[in-house]
Amino acid sequence: MKLTVWTYEGPPHVGAMRVATAMKGLHYVLHAPQGDTYADLLFTMIERRNHRPPVTYTTFQARDLGSDTANLFKTAAQEAYDRFLPEAMIVGASCTAELIQDDPGGMAETMGLPVPVIPLELPSYQRKENFGADETLFQIVRALARPCEKTARPSVNLIGPTGLGFRHRDDITEITALLDDMGVDVNVAAPYGASPSDLTRLGAAHANVLMYPETGEAACRWMERELSLPFTKVVPIGVGATHDFVRELAGLLGITPRLNESRLRLPWYSASVDSTYLTGKRVFIFGDGTHAMAMARVARDEMGFEVVGLGCYNREMARPLRAMARDYGVEALITDDYLEVERAIEAAAPEMILGTQMERHTAKRLGIPCAVISAPVHVQDFPARYSPVMGLEGANVLFDTLVHPLVMGLEEHLLTMFREDFEFHDAAGPSHHGGHAPLAVGGSEGPAPHTPRGISEPEKIEPAPGGEVIWLTDAERELRKVPFFVRGKARRNTEAFAAERGVAEISVETLYEAKAHYAR
Amino acid sequence: MNDLTPPAPAAGCSATPVLKERGQHEVFCGLTGIIWLHRKMQDAFFLVIGSRTCAHLLQSAAGVMIFAEPRFGTAILEESDLAGLADAHEELDREVSKLLSRRSDIRQLFLVGSCPSEVIKLDLARAAERLTQKHAPHVRVLNYSGSGIETTFTQGEDACLAAMVPVLPETDRRQLMLVGALPDVVEDQMLDLVRGMGIEDVCVLPAPRAEAEMGVGENTVYALTQPFLGDTHAALTRRGARHLPAPFPFGEEGTTAWLQAIAREFDVPQERFEAVTAAPRARARKAVARAAQPLDGKSVFFFPDSQLELPLARFLTRECGMQAVEVGAPFIHSTLMRDELALLPDGQVISEGQHVDKQLDRCRAASPDLTVCGLGLANPLEAEGLTTKWAIELVFTPVHFYEQAGDLASLFARPVRRKDLLQLEAAE
Repeated sequence: MKLTVWTYEGPPHVGAMRVATAMKGLHYVLHAPQGDTYADLLFTMIERRNHRPPVTYTTFQARDLGSDTANLFKTAAQEAYDRFLPEAMIVGASCTAELIQDDPGGMAETMGLPVPVIPLELPSYQRKENFGADETLFQIVRALARPCEKTARPSVNLIGPTGLGFRHRDDITEITALLDDMGVDVNVAAPYGASPSDLTRLGAAHANVLMYPETGEAACRWMERELSLPFTKVVPIGVGATHDFVRELAGLLGITPRLNESRLRLPWYSASVDSTYLTGKRVFIFGDGTHAMAMARVARDEMGFEVVGLGCYNREMARPLRAMARDYGVEALITDDYLEVERAIEAAAPEMILGTQMERHTAKRLGIPCAVISAPVHVQDFPARYSPVMGLEGANVLFDTLVHPLVMGLEEHLLTMFREDFEFHDAAGPSHHGGHAPLAVGGSEGPAPHTPRGISEPEKIEPAPGGEVIWLTDAERELRKVPFFVRGKARRNTEAFAAERGVAEISVETLYEAKAHYAR
Repeated sequence: MNDLTPPAPAAGCSATPVLKERGQHEVFCGLTGIIWLHRKMQDAFFLVIGSRTCAHLLQSAAGVMIFAEPRFGTAILEESDLAGLADAHEELDREVSKLLSRRSDIRQLFLVGSCPSEVIKLDLARAAERLTQKHAPHVRVLNYSGSGIETTFTQGEDACLAAMVPVLPETDRRQLMLVGALPDVVEDQMLDLVRGMGIEDVCVLPAPRAEAEMGVGENTVYALTQPFLGDTHAALTRRGARHLPAPFPFGEEGTTAWLQAIAREFDVPQERFEAVTAAPRARARKAVARAAQPLDGKSVFFFPDSQLELPLARFLTRECGMQAVEVGAPFIHSTLMRDELALLPDGQVISEGQHVDKQLDRCRAASPDLTVCGLGLANPLEAEGLTTKWAIELVFTPVHFYEQAGDLASLFARPVRRKDLLQLEAAE
């Protein structure tokens, strides 16, 4: 047993639902107790789908336990077929049904349904959501894909985009356009938007583009072996990776690499002087392996940040991520415990976090700017506007995503710095609204000091525990001038510096000696 | 006792046959109750013994309710726990000790059963006894099941409260117990009304803290504020307490009838009752009349969700001028619903249980003006052109008693108004 509050991934049958919901003409019959339908709302609410996920739940209850659950399954499967007339069905068990051992695959086989019925074995007590998606796609592809005549023009399949995927919808559009510029067609994008009959044509492509290793790698490996379809290893997130991807794919297809950079703005934006302050910003990166690794490269090589932490929650990607972390001189963090991530972030004291929803909340708590770069995500990260992360428009999107929280951080800092300024405070009102609000009558003391909101709240400067180190008033005042997002670190460093040297009182002098000592 | 209540319909629905269905249920399991119960009981921790699915459900249902240290969690069963049962108890003891040493503020620990723990027959009742002894007197450990195979959505609260009743101390006091978790602001209004009628010895189950002095016994009478408390009702009856049957306190009519049942029991003089209720009744009627305008003459269809459906249908039909097409409930407790059924005008289907595809067929055929359903159905039905009100909000939002009556009507009116406001199609 393991005590858990937040989980980065759902159970594996949710991964299977992500595949089924992404597809058309496929129906999933899930042997599951009442209540497991909660997962429907991930699709209808977070992804805002306008149809119910194509999933039928057997909804067994306590009184059914015993022999009846098997009949329930058969009835549900038959009714689902009769009602939805899918081209193919997948059948499987959720965690509870796994325990009662009804064997949905075997039962479905005996029913003699007139369409392919693909059984799924998803070990709920060992594996998780991404595995479920990967395995489901693999099983469907294995059941349906057959060798077939190649398309006349060079074409590829896009493998891995699913329901509930972080920006999968727009990544497909972006990569399709990028391929079009190279003269390459998309044969099938799967599972997103594909039907079972589409999957029978997978073999007509000349290669596979593995968009998301987490959800498409097993299928790509199988097609490489059985259909002789090579697949791309570079995930085109960021400018450099997109270039590498285009070269890699051109090599696989034997064509000239071509990339239309007319709308690419990240390199110039990043080179422009306004971006100089980004240099060496310390970032902590956590997410699924693919996005975390891609973002590390973008952060270091394209934004000029310093990567001070790199990790992922899915063990399937542990090995490549460890290798990358070694290259970047940081220790890889492989964990699905958000508290461990929080501890690592606190220890690394970054100036910015790139992570998931959980890290967004951690960042809020720690008062550190943050951008979301990976699932699990919330409804706001299924935006209405076009926002891929792949390809060249994806790079533009990433520049904005990574800079905005920092600009806002700087803004907050300036507001805090100038909060006692006579013409720049809350009560003054915005300057474009006809000048400043009049000061309160008799306000010889000036406006009441306002309380800054949220993360800019100046923290209380308390003496270190045990009273070993005391902050002198001047030093305290000087510390307040340090930008809030590094103030905590400056305080810790100074205290550590003082303690090391046996200094009992921190003066302005000590503060700056410490600063010089820790200077990079 | 007073002459302002609209007369009950000639027959009501008491004799209407209930359509009972089996099939796919599009509902939450009882674990979801933890989301609001843990906010209400400030020194309790809810430890679900279940699978990753359970943890994922709680996370999805809790949504943005991120707390620095939420007082619920899931002990996720792993492969090794399924191999041998003896081991599972040791594992649980270890996790509980770890938890309690980290959270010294916890006074009540609920071991919450789930489908997986029920199916492998993990004896959580025994575990609760063992752990109570181990951690006494600091922490009391109780257990209940919130599994999907046994409970639907709000039944999780019922199971939790029913588990608390047997361990309440015995008392001979003549007292009024008000049962059901309500938002604090609503609870305060309720207590003001009851005390205003001169009833002093009042307690609320669940209490915000474990040490709140509360007993139960033969002289206890209790009123339910929520309709889904069948097991708690039975448990209180077993302890000798007596139920005050009444409609549930939704809308002006429901609240007045609910208060009347209490007033009758405690012999509150008519003048006093009038003095306490006249002003808030008038306010509630006014607020409802204003908020419910868009609902007048419209039809409503309820998918089963929380057992609040019958009382809400009664409120919408009698106070907001709506017509119900079908009122679906996950479970209908005939005793507790007797007064509601008597008030509900006849003419709609009343269904218990669910076969979601068949029910969707009926809903599409009826094409109601407003459909009350869960989040898994709401957007898909909107996309088909139906106007929906998602039901879960009715459990989280303050909707009971007089001051909330207008808000309650607004919850239903808002989607209808929005439908009229939005001009999304290009003009042709």
